[in-house]
Amino acid sequence: MYAPARVSEIQGSFPVSAVTHDGASRRDFLYVFSGTVAGVGVAVTAWPFIDQMNPSAATQALATTEVPLAPIADGQQITVMWQGKPTWVRKRTPEEIEQVRAMPDSALKVPESDQERVKKAEWLVVIGICTHLGCIPNRDNAAEPGGYLCACHGSVYDASGRILRGPAPENLPVPPYEFVSDTLIRIG
Amino acid sequence: MASGPSTYTPSNGLTRWLDQRLPLMRFANDNLLSFPTPKNLNYAYTFGAILFYCLIVQIVTGIVLAMHFVPNAAMAFNSVEYIMRDVNYGWLMRYVHMNGASFFFIAVYVHIFRGLYYGSYKDPREVLWILGVIIFLLMMATAFLGYTLPWSQMSLWGANVITNLLGALLGQDFTQWLWGGFSVDNPTLQRFFSLHYLLPFVILGVSVLHIWALHHVGNNNPTGIDPKGPQDTVPLMPYYTAKYFFVIALFTIAFAAVVFFAPNLFGHVDHYVEGNPLKTPAHIAPEWYLGAFYAMLRAIDFNFILDSKVLGVLVMLGAIAVLFVVPWLDTSKVRSARYRPVYWWCFWIFVVNYAVLSWAGLQPAGIVLFQTGVGADGSPVGFNITHLSQIGTLYYFGFFMVIMPLLGLFETPRPLPASIATAVLAKKRGGSAVPAAAAAAPETRV
Repeated sequence: MYAPARVSEIQGSFPVSAVTHDGASRRDFLYVFSGTVAGVGVAVTAWPFIDQMNPSAATQALATTEVPLAPIADGQQITVMWQGKPTWVRKRTPEEIEQVRAMPDSALKVPESDQERVKKAEWLVVIGICTHLGCIPNRDNAAEPGGYLCACHGSVYDASGRILRGPAPENLPVPPYEFVSDTLIRIG
Repeated sequence: MASGPSTYTPSNGLTRWLDQRLPLMRFANDNLLSFPTPKNLNYAYTFGAILFYCLIVQIVTGIVLAMHFVPNAAMAFNSVEYIMRDVNYGWLMRYVHMNGASFFFIAVYVHIFRGLYYGSYKDPREVLWILGVIIFLLMMATAFLGYTLPWSQMSLWGANVITNLLGALLGQDFTQWLWGGFSVDNPTLQRFFSLHYLLPFVILGVSVLHIWALHHVGNNNPTGIDPKGPQDTVPLMPYYTAKYFFVIALFTIAFAAVVFFAPNLFGHVDHYVEGNPLKTPAHIAPEWYLGAFYAMLRAIDFNFILDSKVLGVLVMLGAIAVLFVVPWLDTSKVRSARYRPVYWWCFWIFVVNYAVLSWAGLQPAGIVLFQTGVGADGSPVGFNITHLSQIGTLYYFGFFMVIMPLLGLFETPRPLPASIATAVLAKKRGGSAVPAAAAAAPETRV
């Protein structure tokens, strides 16, 4: 059993236990040990209070959305909600496809080819939230033929959802999606 | 807590008994009654009391509104309309609470500008000033959270813009954590309501520290020189308590005039349209009191080392952060702008500049003010809101980071009066008397 060899000195009114060979006392060990246990305890207790703010199971259960494509006419765009975010499904006309594919990289803020952004040329699927501060851009042929204008701070996107001008830093994001059949996609 | 020795003497057996166990009466006496206050405080020094009054009004009306409001995305907007139409005096409670926020900020801006004018942040009042900046930050957070609760178009999209600002710095995982989902939705509303109820009590707590710090070091005053003895001070009660009640009455008249005759003066029509996550209003504007910060955010439309979006957020947060270090940026030993001829001009330009920035922040982006030509697409080109905001942002930061440090080195202050009593008596005699310290330099008399 451990016992201090002697109390070598008194500091204030606290007796100081014997110093071991490497200069650390039994009290030092107890300080570090109890401090560590308390610290881990605080962290473990804090985590539920932090994590409760993350998306709940009910919110995450709405993580995928299926969209039938048959009712969408040429040139038409519909907005569906995916994870609470307005998501555009747009059937582009051959002229619009030709136009965005002819766009030179120099006109793009973040160069990315239209082919990388779509799975089938006529179907554009993007999240319709401006990458600047989260407003929803509108179709605006005056700002860009076939493109979009965000009225909040003036960002302009083309018919592929790529940022052309304005403060937005990124192209409109493409959500993960797959063609379940030729007339049905599943987003998420 | 109060500066100087306690002047309290228990008057009977009961108060003597209490004084030995909990010196509550002594505390009240030393801080609320006999607290020595410089005798020359003007009306600018009453806004601390007005702010305390505003906080109490907001807490009382807020508690009442929370009894009728439903923090649920499907019901919040309707419950606010229910408060307006069906709850007895609900319209009054909401209009007082809504406009109370605006009047709170009117008072806090006067209070802050007063501090900047009279150099109230200087040694030994740095901690007092920093606590004030913390309260200002908490006020902005509380006001923003409250603005989102009616779940109107402005609520919803304001919440979107502000949370995305934080996301620009801290990333997507952080915004999802803040939202409790993948977008601003019901979980966001519920937590914002919870925090909106909490923060005013945090403000109350920090205000107690703020007043503690004030009563520890004592009031600054319009001359900026310390009281040199009892001849320079008067007790708080009744001299300043009377003044406080008088200005609070005036303030309440102006407040009531807006509540009863122009309750939506500070509002926005889109605040009466229910929030729609599929449609952004054509123009999102913050409340007037956050306009200057919003203008500074939008002024950054260019990349400089960092991307414009991140840089804009940093500039906006920096505009608040710079306030924390003001006591160390100002190198002048003279506190009051009365004796600082160059600072006086810089200060008033700063006030006008802040008003212009506040206005610019409420205007739609890209409005052309002075047209110089026509763009390729036929739209007007020229000096626009963004350019104006950029000049304003430059002066805002220039005032704190260039003018304040340099003026202390290059400005020649006017001679200070020998004491507060001297300055007050000189003024009483029509300003004709020459203060003792100015006698050596009669050409620069005060």
